[in-house]
Amino acid sequence: MDYEVMIGLEVHVELNTRTKIFCGCSTEFGGAPNTHVCPVCSGMPGSLPVLNKEVVNKAISVGLATNCDITRNSKFDRKNYFYPDNPQNYQISQLYYPICRNGHVIIEVDNPDGIDPDTMHTLWSDPATDSKCEEITESERTEKGKKLATYKKAVRIHEIHMEEDAGKLVHDGFTDETWVDFNRSGVPLIEIVSEPDMRSAEEVVAYLEKLRETVQYLNASDCKLNEGSMRADVNLSIRKKGSTEYGTRTESKNLNSFRAIRRCIEAEIERQIEIIEDGGKVVQETRRWDDEKGYSYPMRSKEDAQDYRYFPDPDLVPLVISQEWIDNIRDNRPELRDEKKIRYKEEFGIPDYDIDLITGEKALADLFEEAVAEGADPKKASNWLMVETMRLMKEHNLDADQLKFSGTNLAKLIKLVDAKEINNAVAKEVFEKAIFLDNLDPEKYVADNNLSTKADSGELEAVVRKAIEANPKAVEDVKAGKGKAIGAIVGFVMKEMKGKCDPAEANRMIAEQLKNI
Amino acid sequence: MVITDETIEYVGILAKLELSDDEKEQSKKDLSDMLDYVGKLNELDTSGVEPMSHTFPISNVMREDEVTNGDDKENMLKNAPESNQDAYIVPNTF
Repeated sequence: MDYEVMIGLEVHVELNTRTKIFCGCSTEFGGAPNTHVCPVCSGMPGSLPVLNKEVVNKAISVGLATNCDITRNSKFDRKNYFYPDNPQNYQISQLYYPICRNGHVIIEVDNPDGIDPDTMHTLWSDPATDSKCEEITESERTEKGKKLATYKKAVRIHEIHMEEDAGKLVHDGFTDETWVDFNRSGVPLIEIVSEPDMRSAEEVVAYLEKLRETVQYLNASDCKLNEGSMRADVNLSIRKKGSTEYGTRTESKNLNSFRAIRRCIEAEIERQIEIIEDGGKVVQETRRWDDEKGYSYPMRSKEDAQDYRYFPDPDLVPLVISQEWIDNIRDNRPELRDEKKIRYKEEFGIPDYDIDLITGEKALADLFEEAVAEGADPKKASNWLMVETMRLMKEHNLDADQLKFSGTNLAKLIKLVDAKEINNAVAKEVFEKAIFLDNLDPEKYVADNNLSTKADSGELEAVVRKAIEANPKAVEDVKAGKGKAIGAIVGFVMKEMKGKCDPAEANRMIAEQLKNI
Repeated sequence: MVITDETIEYVGILAKLELSDDEKEQSKKDLSDMLDYVGKLNELDTSGVEPMSHTFPISNVMREDEVTNGDDKENMLKNAPESNQDAYIVPNTF
């Protein structure tokens, strides 16, 4: 029996505002416990929350970038529940009038199984929700019959709402007490709720990557799954192929990496199929994924689902969003990745492969643009970022947004090589030792450490003459047409010069002198 | 309006209150009186009237994204029934 998988996601994103959503406490990560706490975010009676305007700006900008309608008359509601990480005994959220609704994003999905484009429409259509999921680009349509390496589709966004984060509980095993840290309490979140339009783990990962890239380019969040600034809950159900009714869904939590999400989805599909094949029924419940053990276990079922008794928060006045406000955000929004890709191709003419890698991280794209603005050759700048930078990032276990060096210093380094002040080997050394971690000025570093490989041409000429005399066999071979033999002479020169010369220059000079012999 | 035993039991669970039998009876009566009192409003025809969440016609009260609060840990922790130097202490949770 063939089954169809329906997956919808609830994604929480921590916004990178300076202050919390309803008070002037800092949101800075890593402060000592309870040092960013005030009466509002610790839920003291009589305190009054006041909305941070920047949270609204960022939520609207994410909504616009994901093609949502912006709700012109928005409100906040209280979601009531008791838990020690929630000091008010309610979370301020948005149930009735979320800030954004009815959006979609286009995802591009890897297609290792080679889905035939001819079958895609039946495969992805969803009559139950009148879904517009299938979208094949024009160029793909013309290649009918050919298996696609990737395909595109739309994932609809049901809504995006603003809410506050909870505090952190730390269990002390020694005293058997639970300690509460409210530094995170009141940090702004947006929750992005998709429609159940995804059909595989690949599509879920593509969707999350698309969201992450969009939010990062908008400078709304750093979106780190492993640090919790992006969190995804997976709603999944299966049904027999051809059926138009939804199966019973489960919700999976505790997914801290793309790998965990992929593994959890695959395991959950298998678990649900097994239940149905055995004649059982899937129970609607929330399950917690244990990535180490590779299975999930139930946390709570529908029977003991909580009754949140939502009602409008009387402390917060309605939010009225004018067309002017929306236009202002739309007109000032940063360039998104897809737009950058097109511009890089037109403006810099670098290969698609380079463009894809560099725009994969906003921090790399920023470095690239800064270096090029400072006069670096675009292809050379992209090479430094793709090869040396990525190699050192791996070696030092750094993310792109942790890079400390400036595009200006990278441009200076490239210019030093162009001017033959230093050769490539020295440039790599300077990059690794002076620029990558410490962002030192390469011009100054080369001068201070006497690293210039620009040889006095008189000195180089003398050494070349010496090298030719010392390698009669190589000279003979070159003369006999064995071009590669020149390497031995170049090697001799480089050794004599202690690496401080441009091998290409040495090569050119040797060839010139050999002509005269 | 009649409040059933089930309702009072459920409200007790939601409010995390354990009520004795006498308290339950008293609460049933109190809740019933309160609902009858506001039930008077049902005499009005409110079809087509937007539900209101605020009595004042004001909107968009917001602040700029600037840090105004410093470290006030010591004072904040004084509000807690139990704390140590760094954190609020609650009964073992998990």
